[in-house]
Amino acid sequence: MKKVFSRPRSLRKVPFHYCPGCGHSIIHRLVAEVIDEMGLREITIGVPPAGCAVLAYFYFDFDMGESPHGRGTALATGLKRALPDRLVFTYQGDGDIAAIGTAETIHTANRGENITALFINNACYGMTGGQMAPTTLLGQNTTTSPGGREGLRDGYPIRLSEMLALTDGSAYIERTAVNSPVNIRKTKKAIAKGFKVQMDGLGFSLIEIVSPCPTNWRMSSHEACQWIEKEIIQYYPLGVIKDVTKRGQGC
Amino acid sequence: MNGRTSLKGYIEIDREFCKGCKLCIEFCPKGIISLSNNLNQKGYHPAYFTEENTKKEKRQCTGCSICAIVCPEVAIEVYRG
Repeated sequence: MKKVFSRPRSLRKVPFHYCPGCGHSIIHRLVAEVIDEMGLREITIGVPPAGCAVLAYFYFDFDMGESPHGRGTALATGLKRALPDRLVFTYQGDGDIAAIGTAETIHTANRGENITALFINNACYGMTGGQMAPTTLLGQNTTTSPGGREGLRDGYPIRLSEMLALTDGSAYIERTAVNSPVNIRKTKKAIAKGFKVQMDGLGFSLIEIVSPCPTNWRMSSHEACQWIEKEIIQYYPLGVIKDVTKRGQGC
Repeated sequence: MNGRTSLKGYIEIDREFCKGCKLCIEFCPKGIISLSNNLNQKGYHPAYFTEENTKKEKRQCTGCSICAIVCPEVAIEVYRG
């Protein structure tokens, strides 16, 4: 019998520290698979965030550089400008890229820095215990919004991908999810496309990945996947938001 | 080996990597993965493949890899043939 599925080479054989059912480890595997398939392992530099995935450098078997909280895109800018032939990507959570690092993120996209940002959206602050994040849905219970988030009191959920699509420097922006086998396959395709856009030198690419957080949502892993389908995707619709490679063909 | 029906598969689950999140059990189209009664070293009940000792002809597993795609721990290896 032929082996048809095994651990990608860019992922070290160590157990993840993430909670059972966490989306981070699925996305780690997809990134490693894409890098293996594109043959870019020797020229890849990753930038992990502050947050649950802060220890990502234990798992990936290529170069990584840790950034301060929210400053992933700023560090990646420096790396890419010093070493323009490398594949530089940041791996950031929603508290990292959409709260404390909003300024860096928007200006990196606006400058059109040739990097890829992977934005993992789990609608709360995972590592610190499930507090309300800018991406938390209206009515969602978290430890700091016990009666549910209210728009007039706490502000409204932020659609960062749509915001960044308005900047002229961004080249490819897509939102996907990792709640079902179909969506996981689509996410892998989106990551591959984002890396390709970067290697072609087209500009800033961002893949927003809606990811389950069963522990902080107080759900089982399967319920969390269903909740993404039922609630989160209704507010954050999936699909390609901006793609400069298709510009000029349609309209 | 002729036709599609002869394609059979089997999976290997690393019981020390498994954290018992049950995603493979929920998504397996044939329902042939189950949760073990024993604990692994971390204290989780790991998933196990129920057709491990079944003869190849009688196996339902087709090696579709859906369990491995949804497994967050990369604990599943899939064989097909």
